Amino acid sequence: MLIDKIKERFGEKVVIFEKNSHRVFIETGKDNAKELVRYMFRDLGARFSIASGVDTRPAVEILYHMAFDKHDLILTVRVEVEKPSLEMPTFSDFMPAAEWIEREIYEMFGVNFIGHPKLETLLLPDDWPQGVYPLRKNTFDSEKENKEI
Amino acid sequence: MAKETLIPIGPYHPLLEEPEFFKFYVEGEKIVDADVRVGYNHRGIEKLAESKTFEQDVFLVERICGICSTSHPFAMVRAAEDVSGIKVPERAQYIRTIIGDLERIHSHLLWIGLAGHFIGYNTVFMWAWKYREPVLDIFEVISGNRNHYGMFKVGGVRRDIENAQVPGLLKAIGDVEKFCAMLTRAVMDDPMIQARLKNIGILKKQDALDLCVVGPVARASGVDIDVRRDHPYAAYGKVEWKTIVLQNGDVFDKAAVRLLECQESARIIRQCLEKMPAGEIDAGVREVGVGEGIGQHEAPRGEVIHYIKANGSNFPERHKIRAPSFMNVPSFKKTVIGQSIADAALITAAVDPCYCCTERMAVLEQGTDKVLLTGEELVRLSQQKMEQMRR
Repeated sequence: MLIDKIKERFGEKVVIFEKNSHRVFIETGKDNAKELVRYMFRDLGARFSIASGVDTRPAVEILYHMAFDKHDLILTVRVEVEKPSLEMPTFSDFMPAAEWIEREIYEMFGVNFIGHPKLETLLLPDDWPQGVYPLRKNTFDSEKENKEI
Repeated sequence: MAKETLIPIGPYHPLLEEPEFFKFYVEGEKIVDADVRVGYNHRGIEKLAESKTFEQDVFLVERICGICSTSHPFAMVRAAEDVSGIKVPERAQYIRTIIGDLERIHSHLLWIGLAGHFIGYNTVFMWAWKYREPVLDIFEVISGNRNHYGMFKVGGVRRDIENAQVPGLLKAIGDVEKFCAMLTRAVMDDPMIQARLKNIGILKKQDALDLCVVGPVARASGVDIDVRRDHPYAAYGKVEWKTIVLQNGDVFDKAAVRLLECQESARIIRQCLEKMPAGEIDAGVREVGVGEGIGQHEAPRGEVIHYIKANGSNFPERHKIRAPSFMNVPSFKKTVIGQSIADAALITAAVDPCYCCTERMAVLEQGTDKVLLTGEELVRLSQQKMEQMRR
C-alpha cells in the first residue's frame, strides 16, 4: 500500500526492489531523493532510522533507512553521489534527526551536505588531517602498498 | 543582561560512565544554551569490521558496549541472516530472546541505581545494584559469563540451556520479578523522588518524533514504538507482554518506563523458559551470501540497527552500526534549556547515554576565560537540592 503510494507519486523517478515483505530498496536520483524522503517522513509517518554511507569507488552511495513501525517495514532509499564533487542536499532542515549522521558521513566519506547548519567533525578529533576519509575504500591503500614494498 | 557563564561537564565526569563533553551556558542558575562534543571513544569499529570475518565480527561488535553487550551481536546476526534469508532454529530464537531481555533488566537496574545516586538517594542505588546481581548470576549459569556472553552466532546460538537448569532459572527469574515489582513501587511512590524528578527535562512528543528518538526515551514521551512488537523477531511474537508508554516525557517518566519494563522483561523470560521447544540451536550456516541485510534489535536503550553489505566473501563489504544513543543524545538540547544547573546532570543522564556505542569508532577543546565547576561539584549541587527538599 505504501509502496503503491510512492509509485503513484514518483512514477518513473524511482526504481523499486522488493527484497521481501519487510525490506524494500528504492533507488532514486540525487534530485528526487529529498522530496521522496520528505514525503515518507512528513506524509507517510516514517521514522528515520539511520543513513549508511557506502563507498562504491566511483561514487558514494547513501542509504536512508526509513522505518515504518506500523507496517513492519524498512524502506531504504538509495542515492548515488558521484565523486569527486560529492555534493548532496542536507535533509536536516525538515528532519533534525539527520543532523548527526550527515556530520558522520561528511567526516567518514567526505560528502558535502549543502545547507547543513554545522558541518564539522562529530567523532573524529579536531586535529584530524583534512581530506583523509577513513571509511573510503582506498584511504589506507597507500599504507598497505608501502608495507609491501 | 546577566553574565553568561559556561559550565563544562566532562569529558571525564563521575556522572557519565564514559567520556563526553557537555557545555552548558548559564545565566544565574538557568541554562540558556547547550552544546556537546562526542568522539572521545571512537575506535573505528566499522572500519575494523571490514577486515574481519563474519564469525569474528560477532565478537567484535559484542565489545562495542560493556553494558548492553548483547544488543549489537543480536542486530548483527540478524542483518547477516537477512542477506540471504537464513532460517534460525526455533529453540535458538527462544534462547536469543532470553538473553536479550535479561540484559534489559540488568541495564535498566544499573541506570536506576545511578540515577538514585545522582539525586543523593543512595538507598535506591544500593537496592537496584543489589537486585542486579542475581540477574548477572543467571547470565553466568546460562552463558558462563557475567558480561560479554558470547552466545550469538550467525544462524543460531553457541550454547544451549539444559533442561535440568530450567527449574533453577525459573525460580531465579521469579525472584528478580518480585524484586523489580518491590523496587518499582518503592521508587514510584516515594514523594521525594516524585518531587525531584517530575516536570524536569521534558521532551515533548513532537520533538521526540522530529529527532526520531528510540526506546524508553521515546516511550516516555508518548511515542509508541518498540521493535520487539512492531517488527516481531526471535520469540517476541510468541509470548505475552505489553509495551510501556507514558506521556509526560520528564525524567520521572523515563525512570518509570524503565522500571515497569523490567517486570515485562521478567515475564517474557519466564514464558520463554516454559515454552522453549526442543531441537537444534544452530542452523550450521556455511556462508552469508551476496547482497544487503538490515538487522534490528530493541536494546535496553532503544533500537539498534545494523546494515551489512556482503559480496560473497567471508568479509563484510560494509558494516554500518547505529546504536540507540546516537539518536537519543541529540535530544538533550531540547530537554536541558531553561532548566536549573542542578538538574542538568540528571537530565543528560536520563537518556541513559551510551557513548561507546554512539562512537563505535581525544582532544580536549581549549577553554577560554570560563568559570569552572567540576563534576563532583555538580553531583554535590544535585544532592544538595535533594537535601533542601527533604527539609
